[in-house]
Amino acid sequence: MEHTAIQSTSAKKHKPAQPFTREEFERVRRVLKKKVQFAQGDVAVAYGALLAGCRFFAGYPITPATETAEIMSRLLPQVGGTCIQMEDEIASVGAIIGASWAGAKSMTATSGPGFSLMQENIGYAAMTETPCVIVDVQRSGPSTGQPTEGAQGDIMQAKWGSHGDYELIALSPSTVQECLDFTIKAFNYSETYRVPVILLADGIIGHTREKIELPEYGDIQIIWRKEPTVPKAEYQPFADDGTKVPAMNVFGTGYHSYITGLTHAETGYPCTDSQPDHHQLVQRLCDKIRDNRKKIIMVERDYENSTRDETVGIVSYGVTTRTVYSAVKTLRQAGTPVNHLRIITNWPFPEQEVAELAGRVNRIIVPELNLGQVYHSVREAVDGRCPVTACGKIGGEMHTPREIIEAINGSAD
Amino acid sequence: MFRPSKHIREKYLEEEMWPSIFCQGCGIGTVMNATLRAIDKVGLDIDQTIFVSGIGCSSRVPGYLDADGLHTTHGRAIAFATGVKLANPELTVIVFTGDGDMAGIGGNHFIHAARRNVDLTVICVNNYNYGMTGTQVSPTTPVGGITMTSPYGNVESPFDLSALAIGAGAAYVAKWATMYPHEMMTAIKKGIEKKGFAFIETLAACPTGYGRKNKMKEGKDHMLWCKENTIGKSRYERLSEQEQNSCGKIVIGELRNIEKPEFTAEWSKLVEQHYME
Repeated sequence: MEHTAIQSTSAKKHKPAQPFTREEFERVRRVLKKKVQFAQGDVAVAYGALLAGCRFFAGYPITPATETAEIMSRLLPQVGGTCIQMEDEIASVGAIIGASWAGAKSMTATSGPGFSLMQENIGYAAMTETPCVIVDVQRSGPSTGQPTEGAQGDIMQAKWGSHGDYELIALSPSTVQECLDFTIKAFNYSETYRVPVILLADGIIGHTREKIELPEYGDIQIIWRKEPTVPKAEYQPFADDGTKVPAMNVFGTGYHSYITGLTHAETGYPCTDSQPDHHQLVQRLCDKIRDNRKKIIMVERDYENSTRDETVGIVSYGVTTRTVYSAVKTLRQAGTPVNHLRIITNWPFPEQEVAELAGRVNRIIVPELNLGQVYHSVREAVDGRCPVTACGKIGGEMHTPREIIEAINGSAD
Repeated sequence: MFRPSKHIREKYLEEEMWPSIFCQGCGIGTVMNATLRAIDKVGLDIDQTIFVSGIGCSSRVPGYLDADGLHTTHGRAIAFATGVKLANPELTVIVFTGDGDMAGIGGNHFIHAARRNVDLTVICVNNYNYGMTGTQVSPTTPVGGITMTSPYGNVESPFDLSALAIGAGAAYVAKWATMYPHEMMTAIKKGIEKKGFAFIETLAACPTGYGRKNKMKEGKDHMLWCKENTIGKSRYERLSEQEQNSCGKIVIGELRNIEKPEFTAEWSKLVEQHYME
């Protein structure tokens, strides 16, 4: 699936980008200019997308995600891609799914209210196994909430927002550099597993300016979807080749695939009255992610060699991790051993990693910018091995390190 | 008889999927047949032709064709089709939709694609009701029309879909009915050939749904209704203003055919201008 070949863009510049050649990658690097830059998270997302080979962006203005659309509208023509401002977020996801089937790596970016609107089509992307990336620069909700304030309120929606059973992948960046790096990872996961991938950024990191360093050719892996190699007459668009991820034809290549959100057989054609067919399909959609959890799940562990009785655990993700680093340092200086587990892959949820932490600590707290979302997943994974305390904060401000320390001290009883 | 020839059947239909779900007397088959004949006349490369649809009876058409098809979510076909076309402008993209799918839940995508003048051919089977869910009132149900959700008669004014397309900026607009299959076929052919947003509205019978509840139980009843209630554009234009206002008939024919800048062509120019080697 790793490609080094890409179609020439010289004659027909306005075409979907097939996987990268070195030449094409380096052209994008030239468009992005300096290797070291001072940039916003939203901008870094756009850079990451272009470096991953994204050639189609559809979006709708929404604070605090708009800058991604702005930068894509400026840069996509420079690399021969297409950027369109659609009439709403529903159309935006529709357009990126269509573009993906026409052979382009595609992305949209939004925030809470737009993310809510997108859910039906995200379910469609899951059901039809369409690679695409959806960036959710989370803001305070519910409803219009605090448009300019960051939050981590869409973690559960990212997994459960559409109806029915499905699995997808969601990643949480905590720095501007990670906004760039994880967008590339998001595209790679999306192409590898043929699944919509959600980048769970937030308004704080989206609007923070930090130093970023752009990768060079060879620094990063760029993955392109597995394409069919069988004769056209034998191709079944949803047949499991043993990997649970079927080869994906691109429209216009003569494979004649019918893609539907209805329950479909391996041929792609609807079979909506069959219990076994539905079960087989949806089970595979879930298993292709669950079976590969070890490859997909990323965490960072900062554990001490201390006894369980004296050690406290903190589980964090996204921007909140930055405060936790400071709190951990202060706690350790004060003589409290801390094991810090930072979740990078929110979905699929790192259950085993959290369970392992629970075996090393006397209690866990979960600071997050909501009133308790990942807290519930942590409790489920801990399964009674130790007490778990929520440490939510809403309203657009991050925790102070002191608030986290006080929550830990307060949870001692 | 306007029936698909053996040539059309063998070249374009996906045998495995037949028979279709369409009811006896349904107008969709005629629209499908006219579309395939139009495609054949244009000489489209079927490998490069993508059929996109939403949800509803008419949206099932791509499933019966041996071609790439994208059967999307309710109302969103035109948004998905926009993505397909923009990502690869060399593809010919044909959208099958219905009055509920396109003008109800999907109305916004319809007017914006027309405004942008994206090179799509949108074929709308207007049968005045939500047929697949069992005869509910739609944005084109006539005033007084009986449906399961307008049991005492529809009190809302219906959309004139073609007027809406013209108002929104479509480059090509034609309205026909299934009783004029050859004219419809010509309109679809011209729509496909038009570089821009082409909209072909086809008035169609829904004998088991809207027809059953509105004294048009058989396909032929709708034909008679069309004969009484439609007027050709050229004849209409010969009427005096007073006669036009009082005739109360649906004007059919080629309602608009203009040249205007098309989105993907304009975007290509923009890329040529800003592309960085």
